[in-house]
Amino acid sequence: MSEDRSVLTGDHFITGDEACAEGGMAAGCMFFGGYPITPATEVAERMAKRLPEVGGTFIQMEDEIASMNSILGASWAGAKSMTSTSGPGFSLMMENLGLGIMLETPCVLVNVQRGGPSTGLPTLVAQADMMQARWGSHGDYQLIALAPVSCQECFDLTLQAFNYSEKYRVPVLVMTDESMGHMTEKVVIPPKEELEVINRKMYDGPKGEYLPFKADDDLVPPMMKVGDGHRIHVTGLTHDERGYPVMSADAHETLVRRLIDKIKKNVDDIILVEEIDLEGADIVIVSYGISARVSYRALRMAKEAGANVGMLRLITVWPFPEKMIRELAKKVQTFIVPEINAGQIVLEVERCAAGNAETVLLSKLGGAVFQPEEIVEAILAEGKAPRKKASATKKKAGASKKKAAATKKKASGAKKTAKTKSSKKTTKKVGR
Amino acid sequence: MATELSVVDSAMPDHPMEELLRMDRLPHIWCPGCGLGTSMTSFIVGLQELDIDLDKAVVVSGIGCTGRVAGYVKLDSFHTTHGRAIPFATGLKLANPELKVIVFSGDGDLSAIGGNHLIHAARRNIDITVVCVNNFIYGMTGGQAAPTTPLTATSSTTPYGCYEHPFNLPYLAAASGAVFVARWTALHVRRMKDTMKEAIEKPGFSFVEIISPCPTVYLRRNKMGDGLAMMNYFKDKAEIRHGIDPKDAGIIMGGKIIVGKFVDIDRAAHHQMMEDQLGDIWPHDVVQPGLEEEKRAAKA
Ligand SMILES: Cc1ncc(C[n+]2csc(CCOP(=O)(O)OP(=O)(O)O)c2C)c(N)n1
Ligand code: SF4
Ligand SMILES: [Mg+2]
Repeated sequence: MSEDRSVLTGDHFITGDEACAEGGMAAGCMFFGGYPITPATEVAERMAKRLPEVGGTFIQMEDEIASMNSILGASWAGAKSMTSTSGPGFSLMMENLGLGIMLETPCVLVNVQRGGPSTGLPTLVAQADMMQARWGSHGDYQLIALAPVSCQECFDLTLQAFNYSEKYRVPVLVMTDESMGHMTEKVVIPPKEELEVINRKMYDGPKGEYLPFKADDDLVPPMMKVGDGHRIHVTGLTHDERGYPVMSADAHETLVRRLIDKIKKNVDDIILVEEIDLEGADIVIVSYGISARVSYRALRMAKEAGANVGMLRLITVWPFPEKMIRELAKKVQTFIVPEINAGQIVLEVERCAAGNAETVLLSKLGGAVFQPEEIVEAILAEGKAPRKKASATKKKAGASKKKAAATKKKASGAKKTAKTKSSKKTTKKVGR
Repeated sequence: MATELSVVDSAMPDHPMEELLRMDRLPHIWCPGCGLGTSMTSFIVGLQELDIDLDKAVVVSGIGCTGRVAGYVKLDSFHTTHGRAIPFATGLKLANPELKVIVFSGDGDLSAIGGNHLIHAARRNIDITVVCVNNFIYGMTGGQAAPTTPLTATSSTTPYGCYEHPFNLPYLAAASGAVFVARWTALHVRRMKDTMKEAIEKPGFSFVEIISPCPTVYLRRNKMGDGLAMMNYFKDKAEIRHGIDPKDAGIIMGGKIIVGKFVDIDRAAHHQMMEDQLGDIWPHDVVQPGLEEEKRAAKA
């Protein structure tokens, strides 16, 4: 055997894009179909170089529609597969992202976000595809989207994305952005044995009896690979457990409800957040990706200036940690949501806060990341704002905080993501 | 002496294509007189005659009346999205080169919305077979013009007659790099079957066009009679011209239909090119996950 080149254990100084590629490699990705687009091209370039080294296949397709389809086909042939893109290509992928969801096909899509609409700002940062990530393909569905905060997390979360996609048979999105894609940082790739790599569960019953869409208790059906001899039919039409098309309200309800529930009922496992000084905080920053990174600096600066502020960093953005925000809203005065768009995730925060806490959007339309000072200013302004809540409410909240802290401890003790330096901080928490 | 029905019944032979048809999905949705039944039958008989491992054969379709073929054949089969069968098939084939991948889809699916994928798969010489059933129309959506609708023909979106030049699909496929290009009509069941077999065995991108009657939304609107009338038309107007330059195989309203095997050349398929180019970079002891154990062992 030649040396195993899939996991490049060691310290690296690479870009976020390259780290995404390495995360895929470490997960065992064997197929990449993509189309060049700034600022995601470097993911494809890295994969073009790396995949042949492990016997995998790279192909530059004719467009992003084809790219998305090629990774679905490859996944059904048994190869873990991924693609990467940015805004315009993300739009083109939407049609067959839906096919991937309908066919319950494990695969990973990295979106290195840039300013839009249309060609927009090819070389500059934005976080404006967050709602498209959730709702971009037609019809009802749930998927998983993760938002890395550093090059290290580009590695960690791409690997994590593969794990989720394999576990839940669903396409998983890694929502990074131009600033991170092009930033170079230290990335530590642990030894292969230390990585948690999940592979799809495979059907192992007799031939001829396999039902490709009959789910187990976890609502996820075991998979097969084409050529195994089960001779199954798979369609993007609404289908039954055999995979046969059924055009009825009942069949549609059964199928689509399960596609939604297999994610919704597993949010405890899927939702990753980082909690910073939430205990007793009046103001809580809710942020993700590069904006969360700036927010953290702002948080420290604001604390020095005397603000009572904490932060909830969303690592999993979709499914949205609804329950957490809902509970936090009862305890805090204000949520501040900095994001590089006109206000997308803030809508979710506002919805979940349900009037129990104020929600403030800090919006930048792309082209530049936040300056910490801008966020500090917002925190201090909110800190001075008159309190809206009665002290009774605060007391009650304080009592339940203890419980929350206990949950947190248990959650972080019980579960871990990829065992790397940066992800040690990661806390898994329930949020429905 | 009377024979009990159960005995009569058990003496009945099974449907000769049962092995390869999803009997639990029949009857199919196609109209009487449609050429799709014959096209699929020829394909299935061809598969039965081929000495290949049918567990490794996979059919990929797009959307349309033709796209329904994937749902009737008892092979691993994928009914994807409109126009996207070829890139899906490309992923399947590249991730497991052992598979025999056959794309079965309509003229609109493959040459309109999926036209870009068609020419690029041909250019790359991906080792798949594309069977394109050309009925000159969008059948499934009720008879709108396709990129193959002949000049002057009426459709629901060319109510005054079509004034756009149609594609000559064999010419398109050949110019794009297909190593095997043929055309038959739904009348030529045996030749169609033999050609499909050849195409499936041919390494590289092969393209088989089947000219097929759509009595329901094409023939009727163009006052060309029923399915049988179209068969007679094929009988009168089809002209076998093996090896001709496909650029001379264009189709005009009421004109002859040139059929035959137009292109059969040798050019290394995509997978071969990749292996040759990558040489030692590609570790020969690490093989695609889809490959059989023996092949892995052979490579190691
Ligand atoms: C993206 C998209 N656009 C449009 C359609 C509607 N549609 C379904 S089949 C079809 C045309 C099929 O024509 P063709 O490929 O020639 O197949 P036929 O029905 O004639 O066999 C269209 C336009 C669709 N399903 N998806
Ligand atoms: S509409 Fe035309 S192509 Fe479709 S099944 Fe009927 S005859 Fe065949
Ligand atoms: Mg058609």
